[in-house]
Amino acid sequence: MSLEKSDVEKIAHLARLSISDDDIPSYADNLSNILQLVEQMSSVDTNGITPMAHPLSESQRLREDNVTELNQRDHFQQIAPATKNGLYLVPKVIE
Amino acid sequence: MEWEVVIGLEIHAQLATKSKIFSGASTAYGAEPNTQACAVDLGLPGVLPVVNKEAVAMGAKFGLAVGAQVANRSVFDRKNYFYPDSPKGYQISQLYFPIVEHGSIDIELEGGKTKTIGITRAHLEEDAGKSLHEDFHGMTGIDLNRAGTPLIEIVSEPDMRSAKEAVAYMRKIHSLVQYLEICDGNMQEGSFRCDANVSVRPVGQQEFGTRAEIKNINSFRFVEKAINYEIERQIAIIEDGGKIAQETRLYDADKDETRSMRSKENENDYRYFPDPDLLPIELDDSYIQAIKETLPELPHEKKQRFITEHGLNSIDADVLTAQKAISDFFEATVNAADGEAKLSANWMQGEVMSALNKNSIDISECPITPELLGDMIKRIADNTISGKIAKTVFEAMWNGEGAADKIIEKKGLKQVTDTGLIEKVIDEIIANNEVQVEQYRSGKEKVFGFFVGQTMKATQGKANPQQVNELLKAKLKG
Repeated sequence: MSLEKSDVEKIAHLARLSISDDDIPSYADNLSNILQLVEQMSSVDTNGITPMAHPLSESQRLREDNVTELNQRDHFQQIAPATKNGLYLVPKVIE
Repeated sequence: MEWEVVIGLEIHAQLATKSKIFSGASTAYGAEPNTQACAVDLGLPGVLPVVNKEAVAMGAKFGLAVGAQVANRSVFDRKNYFYPDSPKGYQISQLYFPIVEHGSIDIELEGGKTKTIGITRAHLEEDAGKSLHEDFHGMTGIDLNRAGTPLIEIVSEPDMRSAKEAVAYMRKIHSLVQYLEICDGNMQEGSFRCDANVSVRPVGQQEFGTRAEIKNINSFRFVEKAINYEIERQIAIIEDGGKIAQETRLYDADKDETRSMRSKENENDYRYFPDPDLLPIELDDSYIQAIKETLPELPHEKKQRFITEHGLNSIDADVLTAQKAISDFFEATVNAADGEAKLSANWMQGEVMSALNKNSIDISECPITPELLGDMIKRIADNTISGKIAKTVFEAMWNGEGAADKIIEKKGLKQVTDTGLIEKVIDEIIANNEVQVEQYRSGKEKVFGFFVGQTMKATQGKANPQQVNELLKAKLKG
């Protein structure tokens, strides 16, 4: 499977990445190569095999349900571009 | 043309854990903005989510309560989208291997029939934060306290055929999650909300029509109204020769209509993939069995017990078991009333519920305890007071005037059961109302009510109504 220019543009948009038109052909090539590798792997018969969810064959450790985090709002908000009344401010989201 | 409506619901219930699903921040409602949003909830670089044991247990509990399979292995996936109230750029959810699959629950329809609604799946995920759009000079304010609150999303089969059925199903789930104590069910605070998938098709057609999804409905009343509006909208479009667009719509309660959300938000390309930060959740059979043993008596089991143990009819039993707090109050009342179940059921559904409604308070805030109510019911059962006088006693108890016996004593409300005394009153009334007596004797039986009224008035409502009826009948015969 090889990607078109429009595919690359769509993927970039979904990921909110700004890419220049000049770079699109090389992105398309690189991504297409990855997809070819995936196609190769798809040709292997995997019937009856549980898909791997994680490269480590371990299961998730669970945490006790305790509140362990203190309020560090002032600390976190030092790096926020804009805050008010304890809220993070972002460019208007149109409803 | 005859149309058939097809509805499926996705219910989001916030799990009642103390801390978030992937972090140790508090989930308490109503805190100052962002004081409960830690580095994990903010999606800062370098943090690692760690799953809350209790959230997993609650998910499993729900699955077992709806007769579903609880997965031995479930996996968290990333659902990718950008919105400021989800700072990581993805929501952690479970798409491919959810914790719960293939359950069902029965709902009661009008006329006493039941219908089984399939539950396709239920999965664990994290809630998003909140956006506030007012008053920030062209900016949007973001509060991330809610971000990372554990949710269970309960997805039904498209088994419902009317807005009423959808509401009945939603109420059943609402009741169940509270019985299980996995969700507080508070709809005002957003702890329990739903999306409705609605489509219509000509009666007899096999394949489904194109559906619209109505997002984020947070009351039973709105669910019914939103669905009914949507049904009419879709039928009108099709009958005009149009086509239904598959889209997401919002219900506007003020205008009582649904409207399309802007197309950008419909761009449902979430690119799910397994979250590399999280390993699969593995639950062995002994764990699942242990959870099963913690299940409380479920609403439908309790309903059945109320019917057999307390002799209630199916409708009373349904009403009294819909909310766990109500059912507990009822049983405590029956206990205090020495087993007077029918009277207790009537009082619970009558005076108690209407007083709670009138004062807009919850059963937990009821000023009358089950013990006080039960004692009063005992006085009705032993004929100390009539049911009518009991309403006065109830009101006095509601206003904090103490126990029934004290009120009856103080206000002199004790029922008059002295036959001689009642006869004397009746004799006087008959003597003073010759016209009505004539009317009654000539066949106008309606006048009987007049005599009852007069007798009650003369005894300040304290005469035993049964005795009054019997004595009046005998005496009026002449």
